[in-house]
Amino acid sequence: MLYKNEAYFKKQHRLVLRNAGKIDPLRIQDYISAGGYSAIAKCLATMTPQGVIYEVTTSGLRGRGGAGFPTGQKWGLVSRSHNTPKYIVANLDEGDPGVFANRTLAEADPHAIIEGMLIAAYAIGAEKGYIYIRSEYPLAIQTLVKAIAQAKSMSLLGDNILETQFKFDLELRFGAGAFVAGEETAILASVEGRRAMPRPRPPYPANSGLWQKPTLIQNVETLANTPLIIQNGGLWFSKMGTPRCSGTKCFSLTGKVNNPGLIEVPMGTTLREVVFEIGGGVPDGKKFKAVLVGGPSGGCLPETLLESPIDYESLTKVGAIMGSGGIVVLDEESCMVDTARFFTEFCVDESCGKCTPCRAGLARVQEIYDKITTGEGKMEDITTLEKSSTFIRDASLCGLGQTAPNPVITTLRYFKDEYLKHIVEKKCEGGKCFKKVKEAEE
Amino acid sequence: MTAPAKVRVATVWLSGCSGCHMSFLDQDERLVDLAQKIQLVYSPIADVKEFPEDVNVTLIEGAIANEEQLHMLQKVRARTKVLISLGDCAVTGNVTALRNSWRHSDQAVLERAYKEKSDLNAAIPTDVPKLLIKAHPLHEAVKVDFYIPGCPPPADLINYVLTELLAGRAPNMEGRSKYG
Amino acid sequence: MIVSSVKLKIDGVEVSVPEGTTILKAAKDNGIIIPTLCNMDGLIPYGGCRMCLVEISGSPKLFPACTTPVGPEMQVTTVSDRLKEHRKMVVQMLLAERTHICAVCVANDHCELQALANHLGVDHVMFERNWSNDQIDLTHDFLVIDRNRCILCTRCIRICDQIEGVHTLDLKLRGKDAQVIMDLDEHWANSCSCTSCRKCAKACPVGAIYIESEPIEHTKRKDIAEFILDRRNRK
Repeated sequence: MLYKNEAYFKKQHRLVLRNAGKIDPLRIQDYISAGGYSAIAKCLATMTPQGVIYEVTTSGLRGRGGAGFPTGQKWGLVSRSHNTPKYIVANLDEGDPGVFANRTLAEADPHAIIEGMLIAAYAIGAEKGYIYIRSEYPLAIQTLVKAIAQAKSMSLLGDNILETQFKFDLELRFGAGAFVAGEETAILASVEGRRAMPRPRPPYPANSGLWQKPTLIQNVETLANTPLIIQNGGLWFSKMGTPRCSGTKCFSLTGKVNNPGLIEVPMGTTLREVVFEIGGGVPDGKKFKAVLVGGPSGGCLPETLLESPIDYESLTKVGAIMGSGGIVVLDEESCMVDTARFFTEFCVDESCGKCTPCRAGLARVQEIYDKITTGEGKMEDITTLEKSSTFIRDASLCGLGQTAPNPVITTLRYFKDEYLKHIVEKKCEGGKCFKKVKEAEE
Repeated sequence: MTAPAKVRVATVWLSGCSGCHMSFLDQDERLVDLAQKIQLVYSPIADVKEFPEDVNVTLIEGAIANEEQLHMLQKVRARTKVLISLGDCAVTGNVTALRNSWRHSDQAVLERAYKEKSDLNAAIPTDVPKLLIKAHPLHEAVKVDFYIPGCPPPADLINYVLTELLAGRAPNMEGRSKYG
Repeated sequence: MIVSSVKLKIDGVEVSVPEGTTILKAAKDNGIIIPTLCNMDGLIPYGGCRMCLVEISGSPKLFPACTTPVGPEMQVTTVSDRLKEHRKMVVQMLLAERTHICAVCVANDHCELQALANHLGVDHVMFERNWSNDQIDLTHDFLVIDRNRCILCTRCIRICDQIEGVHTLDLKLRGKDAQVIMDLDEHWANSCSCTSCRKCAKACPVGAIYIESEPIEHTKRKDIAEFILDRRNRK
């Protein structure tokens, strides 16, 4: 039982999810009673935009969308841009399969996002903001629509916010079923009404974003941290987590664990703590095999890497990424080759089609996996997979293509024996592959 | 002093039009020089029934379109040191592989040729080797050592590759080879 | 407006170009040709084919020369073993992606993809080819599109939008299923926006869009966009 698992609660530190499950998200009064909107009030009453940026910079907060760019620095870049008007876009496109942190935040505490946007808008000098939310989150959309209406009715959005000169308008924009739309420049294209395809940078959105104006694009989890930073100070935030990676991170923990769900842990927590202490280990007495960190763009890590701390640099070093915080646990009944195939198939479906490596390369990688998992793999296929995946990683235009090969590269690095078994012995330990071949033989 | 042993060379045509072999012959008088250094141990233009063992170099024209050709290719691969895909059909599939764009292309081409377009006795023959679902370039089935693209490859290019190999060098195709 | 100049090194050669110039143009203006496919002078760069990737000293990453502006004291490398392997990979992936049979193609001997394959020594493709069966549109009086030969460079889309201005062409679907379409996926003959100006055929680097019964060497004009812009600006 969850309540008996002390670690489940002790090891977590729910800051972004501070109000989740405790307030009625459809009542702005609940949010205010819990201290909500006091941060923006503090900004407007006692702080300059530069002062706000200073606190966020001091906090060490880094983008929670995956790239981990220092948030204060990003705000500074947009704020220094001379062009007007300026815009802010909140990224709620959360497309990774099995990840539901942004969704839960929007459904459980929508005002944390709105307040975060207000703080950012004040800091950078934006008067218009968009929340880009995927259409597949209807409850989150409904909740946000209500929250925005309530905030407007209380002069927390629109003109003369809290009776000051500050004004900020907020609109929702909806995705149309594309994972790639979560990419920074693709989101801009989509908000402008164009096809959601990334474009090369420079120019960077901080200088030339929506309609060629300076635009701040920020993940909603990043924004939800800022009210706390303003209330308690950047220094307070910087003391949590690790020196290079402060604060907490939400993770969607799923797969073969006893306690799946949405968790929030300080940066620096090890994967072992997440899987075995918070997660309660692998159920039914089965043996742990791998942990997938970072969704379809992430790495498949073996038991020997469970001591890795969760921070941007440590994860990149072992071939994984922070991403949007997807952690999937696999046991002995999983097949690592099929796992790489599954994620590759996802990226092939979601590729926008602009650049050769991602569009034309990943499809070939998927075809090779189809062969290997149906008994037609050859040893040369491993070489082809290695060559293609490093090329796709190095030559792709955007993060989708650049990180799509991570499951391929990490499974080849850490689980090569499974590939060899599939190719040479036509055996799949997890029992997932060769089903078509078996059926044909029967 | 004995003359150096002649290099045992073979040529094979699979699902090709023999144009690459014509190009091979277009080396004209250079074939005389070649004949000093190589011994043609198997070729459609020579009278040898069985592919021999211990072949040094085999040039194969044509894609693999049926099971018999696949078996032949595997036999050649096992008995040859250096295998060269000669011409676009062997290197890319080319015209032979035009049917690949259709699902179940093996059935589709037979239906069209022997049933739809037949004037008399429309029937798909049963006493011929079974078509593969797709026509394949050679390296999709076996390991190939060198490739000579072209439809056909110019005689000069074939001569260049053979000259380089006989001198113990790997041919450099940059700027030399052209598909089509 | 005063534009300052930027000094940088390309393949060890020091060059000086106006600020904001792309690496591709800076190289070209100094006699260094970087291979490209989706780039077409006169059109806004796309950055999609990834053929023009170059190395910049101090970074392990690769940069598209067509969209990356020069920086002061930059050291750019346009020729290296790594880049050669990359370029060969781009060509191989394009050849494997759809149905490319040079021997029967209208663009044989006048094709930028074929020329690059030749130049780079791509004597075979390491991937199993995907023999696509995409739509061919022959409905127009003289313009033809064979989507099986398309490399999705979008030169046709961009020239129709940016030079002719009517935006008849665009993409439908995404990823490997992306196709160039006319208007809302009409037959070309039924397109209400197409002006039959033939710029798309002139711009196509391969044999995907061509003019029936016209020798393709008379159709293709890689400088057409730049030419029109230049004449337009002379007024």
